[in-house]
Amino acid sequence: MQETLSFIGSHMQMWYILILMIFVGVEVINSVPSVLHTPLMSGANAIHGVVIIGAIIVLLNADPNNYVELLLGFLAVILGTLNVVGGFVVTDRMLEMFKKKPAKK
Amino acid sequence: MNQTILLDIIYLIGSVTFILGLKMMGKPDTARRGNTYAAFGMTLAILGTIFLHDGPIAPIIYGMLFGAFAIGGIIGWMVAKKVKMTAMPQLVSLFNGMGGACAALISIMEFHVHAGDPKTIMMVMAGLVIGSISFSGSMVAFAKLNGNLNSNPRIPFYNIINALILLITVGVGVYITVADITDFMWPCIDLGLALIYGIMFVLPIGGADMPVVISLLNSFTGLAAASGGFLYHNKVMLTGGILVGSAGTILTIAMCKGMNRTLFSVVFGAFGEGSAAAASGGTTGGTVKDISIADCAVLMNYSKKVVIVPGYGLAVAQAQHVMHELEALLEERGVDVKYAIHPVAGRMPGHMNVLMAESNVDYSKLCEMEDINPEFDTTDVVFIVGANDVVNPAAKNNPASPIYGMPILEVERAKNIIVNKRSMAAGYAGIDNELFYNPKTSMLFGDAKKVVTELVAELKTM
Repeated sequence: MQETLSFIGSHMQMWYILILMIFVGVEVINSVPSVLHTPLMSGANAIHGVVIIGAIIVLLNADPNNYVELLLGFLAVILGTLNVVGGFVVTDRMLEMFKKKPAKK
Repeated sequence: MNQTILLDIIYLIGSVTFILGLKMMGKPDTARRGNTYAAFGMTLAILGTIFLHDGPIAPIIYGMLFGAFAIGGIIGWMVAKKVKMTAMPQLVSLFNGMGGACAALISIMEFHVHAGDPKTIMMVMAGLVIGSISFSGSMVAFAKLNGNLNSNPRIPFYNIINALILLITVGVGVYITVADITDFMWPCIDLGLALIYGIMFVLPIGGADMPVVISLLNSFTGLAAASGGFLYHNKVMLTGGILVGSAGTILTIAMCKGMNRTLFSVVFGAFGEGSAAAASGGTTGGTVKDISIADCAVLMNYSKKVVIVPGYGLAVAQAQHVMHELEALLEERGVDVKYAIHPVAGRMPGHMNVLMAESNVDYSKLCEMEDINPEFDTTDVVFIVGANDVVNPAAKNNPASPIYGMPILEVERAKNIIVNKRSMAAGYAGIDNELFYNPKTSMLFGDAKKVVTELVAELKTM
């Protein structure tokens, strides 16, 4: 019990962010025309590429003499980069097609 | 100290661009800028993490870091630029899987650092399990959409077996957390279990439901990223992750609504069983009527109003450009031409709009289902190209059909229906379509691109 409480207490700021972000996410997506569902999903896909920050931190903190650690961190950064770069470029390609259209809706 | 504050400010800017970007992506005219904002925020956060890092960085690590950026960046860029628009859904799935794998790898590496500290290990295990499920699930979804994996094997009691695997996976994770396990073997076992669960979770789900699954796995990866945020007390990871987790869930539900299915029935699959019943529940009575290219061209040429219903088949045949040509030709002759876009036509909601936009079709010609349905009564010819399930009347009048209740394009109200298909094979949902046996319907068999090209040639001679 004490453990659980202290866990929640030590992360109070994080919990606030978590709860507020859930509401923000719901609000942002609500009432989006179905035309944009695919690009939106792709855009969200790119944004969760933020996990790459974690991979960078792991690699930065890795022991330069521990090759297993280095290799795994290296791999994690590659995977994260694929997610970020691929995600944003694909989304951009999809959205590029909407630009010439007279803006309706 | 100043460095840490500066980094925090950068993360704050990053978080704001994510929210702003996602918000702007909800409107056609600001969508592209929104994506650019989010990409800018991401770049800023990445650079900040490296250059404002507290403590010295060995040169070898710098080298590996930028080497990894180069490899991932170039491959990601090339693949994203080269891939055909029709292959978009599986590509999103692939990149999603990369993110999941990244989260799982981070957790594997952080395990030994935090072993024995239950508070932190809880987040490590959450990232490991969610990330792995997202990775293996996305890979299966990719293989299915890419056509490498066509079967939907359903072992008996797979729902119970799947639930059991999930329970064990979570159970092992909880055990590791609570019992202060330091043995590295345990998280590896849990990793394996989570990977297996991801495969088992997606494997029995049919192709038509795959977009929903990808969207769901997308929000899973968001949660995996968020657990990394807890782990490092990193607010931009938390914001981005939870934002995607919550937005992805809403998007998943919106997609389900478009198909009039519940998330529950997608995941636990009432689909497979239903389709078997409907197939045997026979609409297969009638005969189908063929039509020649010439007759078809005459019919369209002397119509007042033609509505084109494009489906995924049109996109696969890469016929959208020649379709635009046909539309322009008919318009020239005074025929009113419109496109009827079903919300889930293609492989994802909105996919068909993206595909038609690629061929420079006027945005105002693309009509949404609610707007076009009342117009079918006054339509002379409906030309269905490579679409099937979205015009299947069984959705309206056959309660036994697995797609019963899904809103459809009510094409049977038009005077003439021409269906272009490659063969009589069932659609993506794997069910028969009684529309083809309707007396008003004529079938124009053949590859969409070839057929439409011939139609254009025929029309030009008139």
